[in-house]
Amino acid sequence: MIVALLPRLTLCLMAAPVLAGVGGTLFPALAGGGAGFRTLAAWPGLPRAAALSLGTGLASTALALLLCVTILAALHGTPAFDRLRRRLAPLLSVPHAAAALGLAFLIAPSGWIARALSPWATGWTAPPDLLILNDPFGVSLTLGLLAKELPFLLLVALSSINTAQAQRRMTTAATFGYGRVSGFLLTVLPDLYRQLRLPVYAVLAYAMTSVDMAMILGPTLPPTLSQQVVLWRMVPDLTQQTTAAAGAVLQLALVLAALALWRGVERLSRHALRLWATAGHRAAALDAPVRWIANVTASGLALALGLGLGALALWSVAADWRFPALLPATLDLRGWRVALPDVLPATATTLAIALAATLPALGLVLGCLEAETRHGLSATPRAMTLLYLPLLIPQVAFLPGLQTLALAIGAEGTWPAVALVHLTFVLPYVFLSLSQPYRSLDPRLTVTARALGLTENRIFARLRLPLLLAPILTALAIGMAVSIGQYLPTLLIGGGRVTTLTTEAVALSSGGNRRIIGAFALLQTLLPALAFGLALALPRLFWRNRRGVRP
Amino acid sequence: MTLVLDRLTVDLGGRRLVALDVTVAAGEVLTLMAPSGAGKSSALGAIIGTLGPEFTLSGRVLLNGQDVTALPTRLRRIGLLFQDDVLFPHLDVGGNLGFALPARTPDRKARIDDALAQAGLTGFAARDPATLSGGQRARVALMRCLLAEPRALLLDEPFSRLDAGLRDQTRRFVFDRARTLGLPVVLVTHDAQDAQAAGGRVLSPLGAPESPAPPAFAQ
Repeated sequence: MIVALLPRLTLCLMAAPVLAGVGGTLFPALAGGGAGFRTLAAWPGLPRAAALSLGTGLASTALALLLCVTILAALHGTPAFDRLRRRLAPLLSVPHAAAALGLAFLIAPSGWIARALSPWATGWTAPPDLLILNDPFGVSLTLGLLAKELPFLLLVALSSINTAQAQRRMTTAATFGYGRVSGFLLTVLPDLYRQLRLPVYAVLAYAMTSVDMAMILGPTLPPTLSQQVVLWRMVPDLTQQTTAAAGAVLQLALVLAALALWRGVERLSRHALRLWATAGHRAAALDAPVRWIANVTASGLALALGLGLGALALWSVAADWRFPALLPATLDLRGWRVALPDVLPATATTLAIALAATLPALGLVLGCLEAETRHGLSATPRAMTLLYLPLLIPQVAFLPGLQTLALAIGAEGTWPAVALVHLTFVLPYVFLSLSQPYRSLDPRLTVTARALGLTENRIFARLRLPLLLAPILTALAIGMAVSIGQYLPTLLIGGGRVTTLTTEAVALSSGGNRRIIGAFALLQTLLPALAFGLALALPRLFWRNRRGVRP
Repeated sequence: MTLVLDRLTVDLGGRRLVALDVTVAAGEVLTLMAPSGAGKSSALGAIIGTLGPEFTLSGRVLLNGQDVTALPTRLRRIGLLFQDDVLFPHLDVGGNLGFALPARTPDRKARIDDALAQAGLTGFAARDPATLSGGQRARVALMRCLLAEPRALLLDEPFSRLDAGLRDQTRRFVFDRARTLGLPVVLVTHDAQDAQAAGGRVLSPLGAPESPAPPAFAQ
């Protein structure tokens, strides 16, 4: 009976902190007759900051979705696609801050690309005075967001696509003379997008309001709205706090407006696709250019992220690396030695928070899925929206309110409080990765076990858990990667006193010590990678004598 | 129109799955019968052009004398009906038919209405495919297939999901349309009744003649 209540309990656990947090943010914004909004409106940077939030968010999300569809349309079901999938999957575990720092090390005026071209092509003997990083139009921020969001959308699409059905539809379209791309767009995409919609909304909300990526890659004068809200929030001054609250409310309104705009464009596109399908245009000529774009962009992004991480690793051990040199002249471990006293406790805190957030999340998700199986419940669209609520409402709109709340009960600045808030962000991802394998477990196994007289608890413990070992460990690794990558929740709920690898890496990013930045960012990447490695290796070891279960 | 399978063979890992050397005349139905799995889908894949790279193919597929063996599926103009009707659920019935009708066809709406009338489905253009019965869906799928003006027709157990009475009716409808249009038809099935109703030659995928009647009911 308890199991049957778990889905409701979980949804409350997701929705309650968001609603309480939004309330706690709204209240100070409206207090004092809206004084916060007046100071906010008086800030000269406001129009530009708001435009940057909208522009970078919409551009990166639209590009990520477009490229995701392009790659699927051109390559899904081909051998090249499996190679691409294996290359993209590890990129998902790279935390946002590390990806941004890696990209920064690559494209900065003193970065690897400039070094590779200097001095022979550019004539530069010193780093040029160019504003490539933190460019005022947010181009590098948009690219950074795109590089992180595309692998995410692709993996979500892959877990929701019904391969056999998609293949039949594409073959049917091909017998009518349609090309790969037009066949995919007209017959597979409409169904697929329905399942992609919530993740896409989450990507849009995140991209518009990301603070850690914006701090590393985004413009500075003015910064994006969310970043400015955090800057105001960090000043211990009542006027600034009220302005921050008003800014958070505006950010929330902007995100809701962008989501409404997105929905409108979604409807128009759906209608356009339907008209195209009914009109019967075969458009086979699309195949070649689309395949080219898909290959080039996918490899380009994977290469950029890979090189960026390589640059981080190299910097962390570089002793002497002057500008136009492509590689450091000498290597040593000075960077690591300097960083070590801070690295060790930060790693311990990071791991403790990640485990404390992910294990309960995994328990709740298993409980919800078990309730589905036992009681024939199903996740309604409304329930899924509630589950996604922490990802759809911008973090700056509810975390300040939660921080105030945590302060009131004396939990602010403790790592368990941080872990509890991380749980809210971890759970949707754990659910996303586990629900599909759970639901596609052969139902006849359950029926057979029931017929043998096993209780539901025994079926869960003896049948489902072992059979789902691989996806469960993967979900655990994804959850830990999400927790390890969290910046704003750790900063705000931790009151600046809970130091993780991520908060440290972002804090260091404004300084100039590339060796220490490299060390922190590399470690920030290695922890989730280690979790993913274990998630891959353990089931193989455990099931080494069972070919039917081995992943 | 004729379909020629000229010494067509398909091998997988040293095992021969398909060996056919046969001419299917206009309006004729050739049945490939075998228990499930054994070479049937490979034969279909070879004719339509969807075999994976792990298969080895030799011989030729000729349509009206044109060698289509190396052409991609979309250029072969061979119609295919699956076991599932594969109606697109996001398009209405008219939209599904419009999808198959070549883009430059004049009077699209009239052509679609005409196709629906031939299938006994007048006025169904705006219907959601999900609201149709099994027999209606099968007829829409066939009309959609024919609107793309195929040069031959492949049937991949298209009747096996229908119940007995409907199956007979639908079968007759499909074979009649194909005969009227003079299309060579290849039917793939494991069902002896399908083979019998088709009334043409019955072969195994390896080219051996098969008896259309199941042994238990052999006359």
